[in-house]
Amino acid sequence: MLKQTEGSKAVAEAIALCRPEVICAYPISPQTHIVEALGEIVKSGELTPCEFINVESEFAAMSVAIGASAAGARSYTATASQGLLFMAEAVYNASGLGLPIVMTVANRAIGAPINIWNDHSDSLSQRDSGWMQLFAETNQEAVDLHIQAFRLAEELSMPIMVCMDGFILTHAFERVDIPEQAQVDAYLPPFEPRQVLDPAAPVSIGAMVGPEAFMEVRYLAHAKQMQAIERIPQLAAEFKEIFGRDSGGLLRSYCTEGADTIIIAMGSVLGTIKDTVDEMRAEGHKIGVLGIISYRPFPLEQVKAALINCRRFVVLEKSLAVGMGGIVATDVRMAVTGTGLKGYTAIAGLGGRPITKASLHKLFREAEAETLPPVTFLDLDWIAVDKQLAREKHTRRSGPVAENILHDKGIVSAKFG
Amino acid sequence: MFQIRVHGRGGQGVVTAAEMLSVAAFEEGRHAQAFPSFGSERTGAPVVAFCRISDKEIRLREPIMEPDAIIIQDPTLLHQIDVFAGLKPDGYVLLNSHHSIEALGLAELVHGRQAERFCTLPATELGLKHIGRPIPNVPLLAGFAALSGIIHLESVILAINERFSGKIAAGNIAAATEAYEQVQQQMKELANAKAD
Repeated sequence: MLKQTEGSKAVAEAIALCRPEVICAYPISPQTHIVEALGEIVKSGELTPCEFINVESEFAAMSVAIGASAAGARSYTATASQGLLFMAEAVYNASGLGLPIVMTVANRAIGAPINIWNDHSDSLSQRDSGWMQLFAETNQEAVDLHIQAFRLAEELSMPIMVCMDGFILTHAFERVDIPEQAQVDAYLPPFEPRQVLDPAAPVSIGAMVGPEAFMEVRYLAHAKQMQAIERIPQLAAEFKEIFGRDSGGLLRSYCTEGADTIIIAMGSVLGTIKDTVDEMRAEGHKIGVLGIISYRPFPLEQVKAALINCRRFVVLEKSLAVGMGGIVATDVRMAVTGTGLKGYTAIAGLGGRPITKASLHKLFREAEAETLPPVTFLDLDWIAVDKQLAREKHTRRSGPVAENILHDKGIVSAKFG
Repeated sequence: MFQIRVHGRGGQGVVTAAEMLSVAAFEEGRHAQAFPSFGSERTGAPVVAFCRISDKEIRLREPIMEPDAIIIQDPTLLHQIDVFAGLKPDGYVLLNSHHSIEALGLAELVHGRQAERFCTLPATELGLKHIGRPIPNVPLLAGFAALSGIIHLESVILAINERFSGKIAAGNIAAATEAYEQVQQQMKELANAKAD
């Protein structure tokens, strides 16, 4: 049913349609509305059998999800930012054990400095955890990806994070088509676990594994994700047959035909990028967009094929590998090794800094002219940066960086970003 | 695309106003996107929310810096932040106050613009009268419908019924209806004054 609703609420309804049997979560902004809504749905009795477990921390949330999944229950949780870091050890255990948990990450920056706003630092910090990571561009896609995620996770017996931009999507009211229960039931069969703690057929899960077998277990986790590269487009095609719309897949090209310059990004910023590209196309610029939906597994071949006919690309990412540069950009550059394509990295939107069309126009034109440095920080306030650097040069006890910058900037309540 | 920025203070239903506006537009078959300014909202602190309305899918995710309309739920913000920043030359302003635009010292803002697109409404009083609480957001939405014609009062009422029920819905509908009539009346008087 077509609705005008909040992203978090839409996702909660989609999760309920997937008939999870255990939902456990600890509230953290900007994920809170999702689990609040799910709590209400479970309490109302609409979703049975399902147990909603209030836990005392994110570590407990993931631990409960692990236990529930090992006992054969379809299990769901959601978190963000510091919450994801707090559960990190259990995150690795869930994937290491091959338990098909689905978790929403309402993407938010990681402190310090403490910041509740959106960027992709949190889920990208778990890049190598063995979880698959799918990024939603809109709230419709967030809904659809969760349904596809349960199917893929359970088929491969591996966990998936569905990543949606905190606040920008979770708190946005927009048009979402909430599927019918019959559609979801037709797409998502009941959970048939590969391994289950069953008193009738006892097994142990979580054995100590020494050098004789550890590499094989790890390799098999990698092999599962390589299988996912094949399955993700197939599952998106099956999804379209039942639900009638394109959602998911590994990646999505937009206006890339004949494009000399291609902009690569993940998540909701793709919308603003597409609007900018439309305006530039109307002015005759040969520019296109490549949205990456599946960050893990990373579709190296498909990214290469999508870029092969352009001259240059810009990876615009809401993440920073401190001491190195881009995180997504590293993977994209790996994909185009040997092609001679010119690549640029633009770090943007950290800690919720708005990414505006005006700034993108300027950035994309500089990329076309090939005047961009290899790594750019979009809308970085160089005056503030230089002032702090000068302070550090002149004074040994220059004080805390964040407080200094805040002091220099003064009151910003007049800004609307 | 029509872009609206709503200013107010934490506790006045600023975010709810933008959300309900998007629901009203959706009820008219249009695409709409509402989102808050993502601050750490505290009671009394300045809060901003945004709403875009379009006949096409809305993909843009930047904050609204050049609004077609500004709704101000708390006139004390005028002294604190530049609520009118970026207002388009043909933009609309609806302000919660029982004073007129001129009495608030805003004549200069209107200068060179279309005066009939600027309006004040005693929305807090209407909230108190019909709902028993000083929440100005719903009366202002109805006032905005009358001022701009961008949405219909009926759609605002549909949005009220989606969000509230029982006595609270009824009170909000009464407040909205009176607000709509008051703004319409003001606009008629302005048109008559112009004709004279």
